Amino acid sequence: MKGNEAMAEAAIAAGCDAYFGYPITPQAELLERLARRMPELGRVFVQAESELAAINMALGAAATGRRVLVSSSSPGISLMAETMSYLAGSELPLVLINVMRGGPGLGSIGPSQSDYFQATKGHGHGDYRVPVLAPASIAEAVELVTDAFELASRYRTPVMILADGIMGQAMEPVRPAFREAAWDSADWELTGAAGRPPRVIRSLHLLPEDLEAHNRRLQSKFATIAEREERWAGEQLDDAEVVVVAYGTAARVARTAIERAREAGLRAGLFRPITLWPFPSRPLAELAQRARAFVTVELSAGQMVEDVRLAVEGAVPVFFLGRTGGIVPTPREVVERIASAWALTAPR
Amino acid sequence: MSTVAGSRGVDRRIIYERPNSLTDRSSHYCPGCGHGIVHRLIAELLDELELAPTTIGVASVGCSVFAYDYLGIDFVESPHGRAPAVATGVRRARPDAFVFTYQGDGDLAAIGTAEIIHAAARGERISVVFVNNGIYGMTGGQMAPTTLLGQRTTSSPTGRDAVTAGWPIPITEMLALLPGVTYAARGSIATPVDIGRTKAMLKRAFGTQLGGGGLSIVEILSTCPVGWNMTPPEAMEHVAQEVVKTYPLGVLVDRQRDGAVG
Repeated sequence: MKGNEAMAEAAIAAGCDAYFGYPITPQAELLERLARRMPELGRVFVQAESELAAINMALGAAATGRRVLVSSSSPGISLMAETMSYLAGSELPLVLINVMRGGPGLGSIGPSQSDYFQATKGHGHGDYRVPVLAPASIAEAVELVTDAFELASRYRTPVMILADGIMGQAMEPVRPAFREAAWDSADWELTGAAGRPPRVIRSLHLLPEDLEAHNRRLQSKFATIAEREERWAGEQLDDAEVVVVAYGTAARVARTAIERAREAGLRAGLFRPITLWPFPSRPLAELAQRARAFVTVELSAGQMVEDVRLAVEGAVPVFFLGRTGGIVPTPREVVERIASAWALTAPR
Repeated sequence: MSTVAGSRGVDRRIIYERPNSLTDRSSHYCPGCGHGIVHRLIAELLDELELAPTTIGVASVGCSVFAYDYLGIDFVESPHGRAPAVATGVRRARPDAFVFTYQGDGDLAAIGTAEIIHAAARGERISVVFVNNGIYGMTGGQMAPTTLLGQRTTSSPTGRDAVTAGWPIPITEMLALLPGVTYAARGSIATPVDIGRTKAMLKRAFGTQLGGGGLSIVEILSTCPVGWNMTPPEAMEHVAQEVVKTYPLGVLVDRQRDGAVG
């Protein structure tokens, strides 16, 4: 099953009630599969006139307590950015999948990780955070889509799956664990005010005191998410002197590179953030106390590397390897960067 | 209407009171603004049609975003111009709800043009209350796409000139062309007679949705005395005498009545 199709099926299994989308490469299979599957199941599918309309339809459906999925790719996510801010401000849960392509502008349709800034530092305006989950395999993508619905419900927040084009297009012989997501919207959803006081879902708070109180509450929620929901995976870190930090497809390349580096006598390990926000800074800071160097590998000109540098706070040199334009770094390039990092640093 | 005992034993009939669906709070709207009248018409209809318990309203950006403070029903606030898309999501997710948007002319006829046209093209089973005062009131009275030719606003200080700013957009006429629009009409709040006719249009629009029709829209010519630099009576007179020349009143399409649609 293709990654895009697997994520669509994961959403269906999770109990997704409604999907809103607009065609864009490389995520079109998600839209196409749900165009067939959702009506078969008596659920909602709408192909909108734009990504703007799609995300706002999603806002409307989410306001009624339904489990909503939206998917797009980089330029489409930019168009959805305004409403991501409204969703965060209105505390509406939904799952948004970004199958990233190369930018800036129309860029290319090749795999890329150049939307890390956009995904993790805020898409639209205002002080808000959105959990971002980055799968590195199709089986993991299925798990993360399900988890994303649960995070969305638990914290009343949009949640983004940040996948690159290879995650969307690759086929893997795995048996993913489809399951229904836990979901509760009873105490806030709009259904008509029969038998209860009317409810208003909004992000407008014109009085300064009201908006600050609202922001404080939001920030407290974000702090709770940061405290509880940080996720990462490590491989061969116990004796690693060079720690390669990578997510998604870049992590898969790094995994191969680490084996080859070890064959050449360079003790390398992999640190793979699964949540890009909250970024797993604390475990990275601990590794920075004993590693001789970090190497960050991305399908970008260098975005996550800034968070890696913030996490290690100068405790260890951080090197970078990135390719753009839809080009994926080869394991050989990564091994060479590990070797140069090794050569330029001393053991701790 | 109910009958109450008068102070001198004379029965007095209450012929006008606050509808149940209108909340008991003071209005933030400027004197002479038409929103209060339109809110009241909606509240009366929510009561008369017993719709309040099943209604989900969609508020848009502009002065009327606070409609949710005055109408005692479930409401979701939409980003600027996107109310028809938000209402589409509400409608599809809750097929049994009564769903309407409340939008101004800057919201519907400028930034939200794509959303209203495509909601109409899909024939979404929603009702659109489109309040047209020809100006961006909330931001200080700038030119809207609906602003009359020659009209002075803070962003057309010498009057709207078609050469540089184009012509007023008759968007309800445009929408009426689409088969997905089951009902489209234009009313006004300029006179008591107009208000009565507008209420009948809204009732027909709401009934269209309840009867399974597609999108229904009532454009309501309204006032912005502050933005127009007029007194409230002058503003009402202006609608009745001038605005209607660009935006004629009447029913533009009623496909349920005409038998073209369920």
